[in-house]
Amino acid sequence: MLQLLAEGLALLGAGVGAGIAALGAGVGVGRIGGSAVEAIARQPQEAGKIQTVMLIAAAFVEGVALFSVVVCLLIYAG
Amino acid sequence: MRAIKKYTLFILVLLSVVHFSYGSSEPAEPSTSSEKKEEKFNASEMIMHHIGDSHEWHFATIGETHLTLPLLVIIYNKDTKGLDVFCSSDFRNESGHSSLKEGTAGNYTIHHDKIHSKDENAHIYDLSITKNVASLLISFLLLLSIFLYISSRYKKNPLSAPKGIQSLFEVIIQYIIEEVAKPSLGEKKYKKYLPYLLTVFFFIWFNNMLGLMPGGANLTGNIAVTMMLAVTTFIITTLSANRHYWKHIFWTPGVPLPLRIIILPIEVIGIFTKPFALMIRLFANITAGHIIILSFIGLIFIFNSLGMAPLTMAFGLFMSFMELFVAILQAYIFTLLSAMYIGSAIEAHEHVEHDAHH
Repeated sequence: MLQLLAEGLALLGAGVGAGIAALGAGVGVGRIGGSAVEAIARQPQEAGKIQTVMLIAAAFVEGVALFSVVVCLLIYAG
Repeated sequence: MRAIKKYTLFILVLLSVVHFSYGSSEPAEPSTSSEKKEEKFNASEMIMHHIGDSHEWHFATIGETHLTLPLLVIIYNKDTKGLDVFCSSDFRNESGHSSLKEGTAGNYTIHHDKIHSKDENAHIYDLSITKNVASLLISFLLLLSIFLYISSRYKKNPLSAPKGIQSLFEVIIQYIIEEVAKPSLGEKKYKKYLPYLLTVFFFIWFNNMLGLMPGGANLTGNIAVTMMLAVTTFIITTLSANRHYWKHIFWTPGVPLPLRIIILPIEVIGIFTKPFALMIRLFANITAGHIIILSFIGLIFIFNSLGMAPLTMAFGLFMSFMELFVAILQAYIFTLLSAMYIGSAIEAHEHVEHDAHH
């Protein structure tokens, strides 16, 4: 009985963790996109460079969010 | 040939839609001769089956026939010091059907795609050609053929304008040289490390793309593969590092002494976390993308209604385009970070005015 409870709580933790990771990724990438758009509005001729840098920064932030997704997958599979 | 050029866009869109045959290739339970049970659709099992490795290559299921390619099983038995080589379709379960979930073949049993020996004390090393290894060999041949062709064209007529495949890859290679290699590695030393960077970029990009095709194997979503790529970057960084790199890690110049003691363990751990992050980033991005697309398609089967199809297919199409973009972006990020790490290891010592020296 207690085993079932422990399993249920572990899965709950995995789900909540993945949700918080999505939240973090959303906030991070949103801020990056926002400041990139602002910078392009200030200097339209630099749009290409700013776009490149924005994509690279977004990939880093997504990487961190995906660390926690991997942890949640490990919880689910274990 | 001209027709292909005219309809290229149409063919590309068609291909990106056709790969929804993922849904049709879910494994059907091997039908026992007595009764046919209605198995409840297990979404996570289908997803794990599609993104994991396997001893057979399952392309599609048309009706009741599975289009699979049974792959070679190579087991090194440490006790008898011998190699056992046989075909993976030899694994048969109790009713005599070939099955990789529960089966026996000679001295080995297979349980959910993992091979065990019947003898409990035997040490076996599973060196078989699994789906990922076969996909690795195919992509290796593909890369080799494309790039040897391009380089032979450059050698044979170096002064003529590039045509066809050569012009496509020339643009990409030029971009990597100018934007990734030269800024990070410096004008003088970038040529030594350029082959590795180009190899890593095209390897990751091609394997990501191959994994997205119907019947493709999820190679870059295998953490062993990404671990090897990250370890290679780590080895190249460590072997080509000069004195200033190690000095900056173990005895950071320009900071007061107590801070140096604190920075030291952080920097030492940092040597190892950087390749680790490379490994996890690539693995998680590709695997998560596959899981998302498979989940969307699996939604149709979970709800057991065809009315869900247009909506799920629209989401799935959008996610597939995103995955195509992620394929090249992750390859670019891996290459960029590798170049930056190697660059930080080989850079010459610019004399910064340290206050502590006065």
